[in-house]
Amino acid sequence: MTDHDISLTVNGTDHDLTVESRTLLVHAIRDQLGYTGTNVGCESSTCGACTVHVDGDAVKSCTMLAVQADGTEVDTVEGLAEGGEFHPIQTGFQEEHGLQCGYCTPGMMMTATDFLESNPDPSREEIREGLEGNLCRCTGYQNIVNAVENAAESMSSGAV
Amino acid sequence: CGHGRGGMGEEVKRKEDQRFITGRGNYVDDIKKPGMLHCELVRSPHAHARIENIDKSRALDVDGVVAVLTAEDLLEYDLATMPTLMADTQDVLVNDKVKFQSQEVAAVIATDRYTAKDGAQKVVVDYDVLDPVVDPYDALEDDAPLIRDDIEGQEDNHCLDWETGDREATDRVFDECEVTVKEDMLYQRLHPAPIETCGAVGDYDPGKDKLTVHMTSQAPHIHRTLFAQVSGIPEHKIRIVSPDVGGGFGNKVPIYPGYVVAAAASYVLERPVKWMEERSENIQSTGFARDYHMTGELAATKEGKIRAVRTDVLANHGAYNAVAQPSNFPAGFFNIFTGSYDVETAYGSLTAAYTNTAPGGVAYRCSFRVTEAVYLIERMVKVLADELDMDPAEIRRKNFIQPEQFPYESPTGWNYDSGDYEGALDLALEMADYDHYREEQQRRIDEDADKLLGIGISSFTEIVGAGPGKTCDIAGVEMFDSADIRVHPTGKATVRVGVQTQGQGHETTFAQIVAEELGMNVDDIVVEHGDTDTDPYGLGTYGSRSTPVAGAAAAVAARKVREKAKSIAANELEAAEEDVTWDRQSGEFHVAGAPERSIGITEIAAGAYMNHPSSEEPGLEAVDYYDPPEMTYPFGSYIVVVEVDRETGEVAFEKFVAVDDCGNRINPMVIEGQIHGGLAQGIGTAMLEQVTFDDNGNVTGGDFMNYLLPTSMEIPEFETGYTVTPSPHHPIGAKGVGESPTVGSPPAIVNAVVDAMKHGGITHVEMPMTPDVVWEKLDEAGLAIDPADQ
Repeated sequence: MTDHDISLTVNGTDHDLTVESRTLLVHAIRDQLGYTGTNVGCESSTCGACTVHVDGDAVKSCTMLAVQADGTEVDTVEGLAEGGEFHPIQTGFQEEHGLQCGYCTPGMMMTATDFLESNPDPSREEIREGLEGNLCRCTGYQNIVNAVENAAESMSSGAV
Repeated sequence: CGHGRGGMGEEVKRKEDQRFITGRGNYVDDIKKPGMLHCELVRSPHAHARIENIDKSRALDVDGVVAVLTAEDLLEYDLATMPTLMADTQDVLVNDKVKFQSQEVAAVIATDRYTAKDGAQKVVVDYDVLDPVVDPYDALEDDAPLIRDDIEGQEDNHCLDWETGDREATDRVFDECEVTVKEDMLYQRLHPAPIETCGAVGDYDPGKDKLTVHMTSQAPHIHRTLFAQVSGIPEHKIRIVSPDVGGGFGNKVPIYPGYVVAAAASYVLERPVKWMEERSENIQSTGFARDYHMTGELAATKEGKIRAVRTDVLANHGAYNAVAQPSNFPAGFFNIFTGSYDVETAYGSLTAAYTNTAPGGVAYRCSFRVTEAVYLIERMVKVLADELDMDPAEIRRKNFIQPEQFPYESPTGWNYDSGDYEGALDLALEMADYDHYREEQQRRIDEDADKLLGIGISSFTEIVGAGPGKTCDIAGVEMFDSADIRVHPTGKATVRVGVQTQGQGHETTFAQIVAEELGMNVDDIVVEHGDTDTDPYGLGTYGSRSTPVAGAAAAVAARKVREKAKSIAANELEAAEEDVTWDRQSGEFHVAGAPERSIGITEIAAGAYMNHPSSEEPGLEAVDYYDPPEMTYPFGSYIVVVEVDRETGEVAFEKFVAVDDCGNRINPMVIEGQIHGGLAQGIGTAMLEQVTFDDNGNVTGGDFMNYLLPTSMEIPEFETGYTVTPSPHHPIGAKGVGESPTVGSPPAIVNAVVDAMKHGGITHVEMPMTPDVVWEKLDEAGLAIDPADQ
C-alpha cells in the first residue's frame, strides 16, 4: 500500500500527515487528527453523518479519499463556533430541539450551512430538499427544518 | 406547573446539546486508548452451513495482524457461547454450524481498522453448505432442515408456544355472534437501524485485574451482571460504561458477540480492543424487530359492539431465541391486543419458529410487542367498520373503555391505570378537520378523480414502564430502577440514575424532576448515567420505562432528601419541625404563618454540612430503588389523511395528526421531539422498511441502499396535540411516551390507504406499502388507471 504525505487545513489549522492511498477522508479526520465530531453511519454513502466542508462545499467524507483532500481547506463541526460564539446553525439546533442523540447533528449542520450559503431564504420544502442526503433517526426532521429556518432568519437579520 | 426554575412542565432547552452541536459528544468509536487494537469479525456468507475448517495462517501473515480468534480459542475461557435473555444459548464465534448469513465466525485483531479488514479477507473458511429455511411456515414443515441440532432433544424448528385469555369463552362468543371478521396480516421484519451502529472497546487491566468495557448499551448494569456470569470475572471487577449513544431504539439492549469478542480479546491480549460494526453488519446480524404473521378476528353485534377478540400468531424468532424481554413474557406484552376497547373476552395463541435468520424480535419502539398488538386490534377495528359500513371514529367511540371504568382489568389480565380515550379522539378529529375530508373523499369518488383520498384512525393504548418485580424480570433481576441524589454543600446536586439515555433527553428531564421536588434551579443539577462503577443499579432504558420507573425513583429520592431538608430547615429557622411547611411555588420551607421566615436549598445544604441537627447524619443525599406497583398506560389517537395516486400507486400524506396523552408532561419540547421521531419511524415502517431474504437465505434488504430509511422528503409536517390524564400510581403522575408514536402510527397509515380503496372492496394492504404494492391493490379493486390505457 502506497503512503502519501499530504497537507490540509482543518478548521484553520494546517496539518501534515501520512495516509495510505485507500484511507478515507473521514478516518483521516477522526482517527489521525482526532476531530471525532464527524461520524460514520453507513458504508453506502447514504446517511451523511460524515458530512464536512471541503473548500467550502458539503462533502460526504466517507466517499472521498484523504489523498484527494491534499491541499484543501476542510471544515468540520468543531470549527463552526468562532471565538466562543455559536454559529447561528448551532443556536438554531439547540433553540428548536433539532437534535436528540446528536449523532447525525454534525453532518446535518455542515450540510445546512453549505445549503444556506446558496439559499439564504429557503422555504420549508427547499430546506427538506437540501437536507435529503442526511438521515436522522431521532427527530423526524421537523425540528431540524425549524432549526435551519431559525438559522436563516438570524443570519439574514445579522447581515447588513 | 412551572416556576421558572426549570421544573415540571417547562420547555427547558437540553443540557446535552452543548456538546453535541460542537462535536464534543463521546461515542464509542471516538474512544482512543494507548495501545488500542481493532477487531474485525469474519462473517458467514451462508445462511446454513457446517464449518469444516478455518485457516488463520494467511491472515496472521498480514503485517499488523496481532491475532485471529475462533471458537476454539474462546472455548478455553468457556466463552464460545453465551446465554440469551430468553434462556437459549447463542454462539459467540461459531464452532460447528452457522445458522444465519453474516453470523460471526472468527475475529481478526490488528493495529488499525484497515489492517483488521485486510486480515479478515484472508481467513479461509471451508463450508459444507446445508439447505436454509428463512420462512417460518416452511420452517415448521415436516421435511424442513433442522436448524438447532445443538439443543438436546430438539427435533424440529419449533421454538415455543404461548397462549393468553379464555379460549372457551372466546370461541363461544364467536359461535353465537352476529358478525365476525377475520384478516391475515404480516408485521414485516424491520430493523431499528440507529445511525450509530453497535460497538465496544474492551480494556482488561491486568494490574488491577479489572475489565472495563465501553459499549453501546441501553442497559449497562444488566450487561455487567451478564458479563460476570458468562466470563466468571466477579462483578466488582467489571466496569461497563455506556457513553453517549447515537440512538438505540431497542437495538442496543441485547449482548452481541462483538462485545464479548472485544472484551475477551482484550483479556487475552492485555491490550484495549475496539470493535465497531459497519451498517450492513448491524442490519444483518443484530436484533431485528417484528416478524409476526398474525391472524386477527373480531366478534361483534350488528350495531358494531365488539364482544370478543381472537388472534393466532406465527412468530419468526431467527436462529436463536434471543428476544430481549422480561423472562416471563415469551410474547412480550402482545396480550394488550384488546386495545382501547371494553370487550367481554379474548384469546390469543402464538407459535414461534427457528429460522436461518438473525435473532431478535423485540426492538424498534415496540414496548415488548405492543406494536404488533396495536397493529392487530387497530387494523381489525377498521376491517369491522368497513364490514358494517360504519364510520371508523364512531365504532371506536362505541367500544372505548370509559374514563370511569379505570383502573380497568382487561380480559387478558392487564390493569390499565387511567384513560380518557374519547377526549383524545375528539381532539384529533377536530385537529384533522375530519368531516371536511370525509366529504372530500366522497367527492373524489363521485368525480372519478385520479387521486383517491383515505382517512385512517388509530386509537391506541400503550403499556410501558416494566415493571412490577413480582412479574417482570430480566435474566432474573427484577425490573426496578433507581436514582441517587447528592446535594453538595453549596446547594448544587449530582443525580445518578440506573437508566441510560440514547437521545431522549434524560440529562435534562431528570434534572427537571429533581428541580421541581427540591426547589432547585435546573442548571444547578447534573445528571449522570451509564457508568456501572458510579451509578445505582438499574435495568436500563427501553420499553419507554425511564419516566415510569427511574423518573419515579428520582421523585421519591428527592422527597427523601426533602424530608431530611425539612428537619434541617427547622433547625436553621429555630422552629419546631411540625411548624415548618414546604411551599412548592417558591421552592422553600417556611414557618407556618410566617412566610418571611423561609429557607431554600442553598442554605439548607450549607446547614446539612456545616451545622447539621443532632438528630440527623451530616450530609444531604438519598437513594431510591423504585419497584413500580403497575405499568403506565399512555394512549393517543392518530389521524392520517393520504392521497393515493391511481396511476402510480404512490401514497402522499395530506395531513398527519397525533394526539398523545402520557399523563403529566415533564418537558413538552422533548415529548414533541419524541413524537416526531417515532412518527417518522412509523412512516418508515408502513411505507419503506423491510429486511428480506431470498431462498438461499441471503439478506436482500441488508444495507442502506436496500433498507430504506425515510429522509426529510418522505416525512410530512406533523400536527401534534395532547390531553393530560395522569397515572394515579406514579409519584408525579407521568407515564412513558417514547414509543407511543411508532406503536400508534402504522395502523393509522395502513387504515388510511385501505380507506382510500374500500369502495373497491379492499380490506387490507401489507406493509411496506411501496407504490408497486399499492398499485397491485388498486388493480385488484378495479381502481387502477393503467398508464398503457391512457
